[in-house]
Amino acid sequence: MDTKKNVMSILEELTGSNLGDKMDVNLFESGLLDSMATVQLVMELEEKCQVSIPISEFNRQEWETPSKIIAKVESLQ
Amino acid sequence: MINLQPYANPVYFVLLIATLMPAMIGLYFGKRFKAYEAAWTFVFLVVTFGGEKWHQGVALIGYVLFQLLLVYGYQRYRQHRNQTSIFVTMVSLSIVPLVAVKLAPVLPISQLSFFGFLGISYLTFKTVQVLMELRDGTIKTIRSRDYLRFLLFFPTVSSGPIDRFRRFQTDEQQVPDRETYLGLVETGIHHLFKGFVYKYMLGYLFGTLLLPQVAHAAMLCRHAFFGTGLSVPLILYMYVYSMYLFFDFAGYSLFAVGISHFMGIKTPENFRSPFAAHNIKEFWNRWHMSLSFWFRDFVFMRFTFYVMKKRLIKNRIRISQVAYLVNFLVMGFWHGVTWYYITYGLFHAVAIILNDYWLRFKKAHPNFISHNAVTESISIFITFNTVCFSFLIFSGFLNTLWFK
Repeated sequence: MDTKKNVMSILEELTGSNLGDKMDVNLFESGLLDSMATVQLVMELEEKCQVSIPISEFNRQEWETPSKIIAKVESLQ
Repeated sequence: MINLQPYANPVYFVLLIATLMPAMIGLYFGKRFKAYEAAWTFVFLVVTFGGEKWHQGVALIGYVLFQLLLVYGYQRYRQHRNQTSIFVTMVSLSIVPLVAVKLAPVLPISQLSFFGFLGISYLTFKTVQVLMELRDGTIKTIRSRDYLRFLLFFPTVSSGPIDRFRRFQTDEQQVPDRETYLGLVETGIHHLFKGFVYKYMLGYLFGTLLLPQVAHAAMLCRHAFFGTGLSVPLILYMYVYSMYLFFDFAGYSLFAVGISHFMGIKTPENFRSPFAAHNIKEFWNRWHMSLSFWFRDFVFMRFTFYVMKKRLIKNRIRISQVAYLVNFLVMGFWHGVTWYYITYGLFHAVAIILNDYWLRFKKAHPNFISHNAVTESISIFITFNTVCFSFLIFSGFLNTLWFK
């Protein structure tokens, strides 16, 4: 549960909007996240969720929605 | 001895597909004939880099052996240790041949160009990617034959699209079921025919029929508008060249992806209606995608990550601006060490930085401008013209117009 909360607060900070009711929005195609924000996302996740995410691991298709990010972080923990 | 250049004429397609038939029949029956594919690749490499191009063949062999040594050596090293200096050394060594070839025209050492062969850039992109993934640990081990198969995958060897090792390997290791494979053959055929229309009809129309005419007309006006050469024919040249560049390269990319599909490999696409982009940022997600994504993942993101981690620059907006400059300047230099390629890179960096200012402004003032068909058309129009102007720089025609 903590992971979800952490991820959502990081995303809110980066996109400037609450995505609680948009768990399956495509963050890249909608323009909510760009490459720069992606790097920030990776760094924040590493810091707050105690996971290690090498840049090579970041295949956009696997990280494109809030739900996918949560699932991915949980799988890495 | 005969020499054939990739996708250059109809005979080439007949030869390519006819000789690929045994492999395709194998895939239809659920078998991948690896030995046959390897032999087929070898023959076509000989035909491409043999005969009058034999010196390129020699360069290719030397290059591949060198890169193989680097990848194999780094992989062995990486199983026990992970020093940054070794990683940086390996990546630097792997780009040395490409840098030498790119510098050959501007250095007094003309022998450097002997390292060159068709496709050296694309092979270098693939190797650097493998080295970086070995560093990250997303590739743990890589067998020499898998690396070579990936590096020398024939449909894309000369000009991409640039695939990713892990993606390629997944396709390569599994044989698609019959229905999926027939679907791939169908999309492959569709790609080829679309490619024929793009490259041999539209590319020919713009590049061979129209371009020399508008170039000639623009040269006649080279002293117009206070000696800048700005004239109607020059503007026409800009649009004609842009169309030629797109149809020629998108056509080629369609061939490469189509033939890949015949081999059961889903090579990534290179173009997605680039001229329908709403802004420059989106344009780079649609134009020569396998290259821009490579730059995004292996230059831009790694650079920003490094700068943020080391806290070299505090302001995040400034970091992204510096990263754009680095990214597009590297891309410019990669195209070639001439003032117009470097200006082209700089132009796109500035364009995308300005684009970001605008996007931030819009985010801060959501009611400033409404989104409707008119504003959308205007943004596409502005993006299209900005891009065409950048291609005019890229074409090198201004160099001819002003300095020749």
